[in-house]
Amino acid sequence: MKIAIPSKGNTLDAPFDNRFGRAENFIIYDLESNEFKVISNEQNLTAMQGAGIQTAQNVLREKVDVVLTANCGPKAFQVLNQAGVKIYNVEADTVKEALDKFKQDQAKELDQANVEGHWA
Amino acid sequence: MIIAVASGKGGTGKTTLTVNLARVLMEKAKIYVLDCDVEEPNVHLFLQVQKIEDKIVNKSVPELEPEICSGCLECVKMCQFNALVEVKAKPMVFSELCHSCGGCVEVCPNKALTEKDFPIGKVSIYEDERYVFVEGRLDVGQPMSPPVIKAVKKHLPNDPKAIAIIDAPPGTSCPVIASLHGADFILLVTEPTPFGLHDLDLAVKTVKELKIPMGVVVNRVQAIPNLITKYCTQNQIPLLLHLPLDQEAARLYSQGKILVDHLPEFKEKFQTIVPKIQKILQEVQHANQN
Repeated sequence: MKIAIPSKGNTLDAPFDNRFGRAENFIIYDLESNEFKVISNEQNLTAMQGAGIQTAQNVLREKVDVVLTANCGPKAFQVLNQAGVKIYNVEADTVKEALDKFKQDQAKELDQANVEGHWA
Repeated sequence: MIIAVASGKGGTGKTTLTVNLARVLMEKAKIYVLDCDVEEPNVHLFLQVQKIEDKIVNKSVPELEPEICSGCLECVKMCQFNALVEVKAKPMVFSELCHSCGGCVEVCPNKALTEKDFPIGKVSIYEDERYVFVEGRLDVGQPMSPPVIKAVKKHLPNDPKAIAIIDAPPGTSCPVIASLHGADFILLVTEPTPFGLHDLDLAVKTVKELKIPMGVVVNRVQAIPNLITKYCTQNQIPLLLHLPLDQEAARLYSQGKILVDHLPEFKEKFQTIVPKIQKILQEVQHANQN
């Protein structure tokens, strides 16, 4: 199972990024091999609109099964949900903490977006 | 002549200026009033005019025929506005984000995308013997107002002698540019506060880019000179009018009443605006000829 976690850095100890669409990086963690890679989400930090949608698309390209996030807007939810990716709501300080909470069943699966869309 | 009323800062008196100017001008000829503040139109609160019709404003968005789509994703690569995304090797359309460029339909090799109408707002047309009043109204939840603003501006008079007043939205972004484009003169309304000055400067810089002659109206004035008069002198921008801070004016406004109908000193002031604009435009024309 592959998990996408928004992060402000490149390691498991890096701060968990509370934003989804405008997260700096994503850690793609493989639960079977316990290995991870980092993908940059830099292009969406300055996107005028549609950052959540585009980020969801980038995450999908990594063929992930699960996204852990503090916040997920309606359009990102629609894209991920359509592709069958499960979205879990989790609050954490670091990527590792988010991952641990998910492993210990302390993350809550979202059945809808938990924040409003926010475009200018 | 098209006069657009704009301001950097919101709440400085754009609508007050628009409806009172229209009121003093309509004594001589029928006046066109266009409410281009389509996210929060409010001219209708002051001008009671008979409604003629409502028109739906649509924009073109792509519609996907999934059976014909080969999944090449050329459309997704083409879209610069994230309105098309790849989900399971097929494009997914987000109509709200679409800027109607038609690029996706153009690049689709299988013609799986066609353009369809997507409603985003409406234009209401009102008319009587005094006014032609056109209001744009963006639907709640729609992020893009320029198509509605452009639909309102299609109702500008063809006769260059007719006077049209455009009530623009606040700020200096795309909806403002869409409203001001094509105007002959721009009235910038501000107030003598640091906020008013800060946003006036942004508005002045925007209008300079558009190369349209402008003049400033200062509203809610308590003392002259003030920080706006100083700014206008320094930057050589014509200051056309001071409107005093007046409790009676505020009371009338809150009741949806037109100031010049009740306050003769305001009427005298509003009557000076168009002659001053005509003088500036003549000077500009003269300067351009030399």
